[in-house]
Amino acid sequence: MAKILAIVISNLFINNYILFKFMGLCPFLGVSKETKPAFSMGLAVIFVLLLSGLMTWTVYQYVLLPFGIDYMRTVVFILIIAASVQFIEMVILKISPVLYRALGIYLPLITTNCVVLGVTVLNTEDFFAGGSAVTGSFFYSMLQALFAGLGFMFVLLLMSGIRERLELADIPESMDGLPIAFIVASLMSLAFMGFIGIKI
Amino acid sequence: MMRRLWHEFTKGIFQENPIFFIVLGLCPTLAVSTSINNAVGMGLAATFVLVCSNVFIAAIRHFIPDKIRIPCYIVVIASFVVIVEMVMKAYAPALNRALGVYVPLIVVNCIILGRAEAFASKNPVLLSLADGLGMGLGFMLALLIISAIREVLGSGKLAGYSVASGFEPALVLSLAPGALLILGLLMGGIKWLKSLRS
Repeated sequence: MAKILAIVISNLFINNYILFKFMGLCPFLGVSKETKPAFSMGLAVIFVLLLSGLMTWTVYQYVLLPFGIDYMRTVVFILIIAASVQFIEMVILKISPVLYRALGIYLPLITTNCVVLGVTVLNTEDFFAGGSAVTGSFFYSMLQALFAGLGFMFVLLLMSGIRERLELADIPESMDGLPIAFIVASLMSLAFMGFIGIKI
Repeated sequence: MMRRLWHEFTKGIFQENPIFFIVLGLCPTLAVSTSINNAVGMGLAATFVLVCSNVFIAAIRHFIPDKIRIPCYIVVIASFVVIVEMVMKAYAPALNRALGVYVPLIVVNCIILGRAEAFASKNPVLLSLADGLGMGLGFMLALLIISAIREVLGSGKLAGYSVASGFEPALVLSLAPGALLILGLLMGGIKWLKSLRS
């Protein structure tokens, strides 16, 4: 139970993927201008994370490890992620063309979103020891994928709220746009550092 | 021809610097810029992958079907990243531990895929080589600038040697918020300089 809680808190706050590991900064800066697309982007990332987390864990455990080709991890994982992004793109286009248009260019770009590859690679490092899965490895991996996605969406939503207000602020011309977004992100990161003190 | 080559080489270092002007590949830039040593390691690894994948993709650009070109590029890039991973594990295990998960993440560095799509898929091998080398060095230059500032102000050291004696290092600059702050200020400063010139 303590380990479950540790994974949840760590992925949501303490080791937040955007603010502390800098994974997924491109969509973080690109889609955080308004709240609605930010929400859909977060949902899309959670879908992709869960699906590719499931597939990469299975392939790593039952194909890469038994055949001793775990050094091919990077190539195999990125292909799996590209395939699941394509699949989710087709599903969303079929189910909700409105959402599809809202996600626009950012859906295919999830393939090169560091969060997805980062989480799947970290799963194999955190929950596999000495070439075999630790107890409950699959459950922990999926939990980490889910809460990494939720943490990503959480920070994306916070940022989009701030940037909507920032539109009205009077900012020096050379700091407008990306520079001020970075500084806002820096302040958020500083605030989130307060969670490091949590004892679980 | 020589002039063209030189142009493709230098544009990535200055006027089209991938970090400061095109704003790609931020994830490794911010994460590994805590010290100069890490920055050089990451810069060299990314430059190697960028040059190799640019040359390879330029060489086979007529054989890649247009519809599946992105997966093709990713496979080429990932293969070179695996090479870097294995070499680094064997010969520089300390660097490998310091860079950690960011070594496999070179695959999703947008600079590399971006150059493959925007340049190597349309240009001959030699030009792609110059472009890859220039972009890689530009990336490394940006990494070095950011990491030098962070290392000196954050821990009072430069490349591991102590340089600061008169001031108390601000630890926050070598932590995550400092990376975002420094990059934001640098980008603002560059924008300001540009507006002064025009």
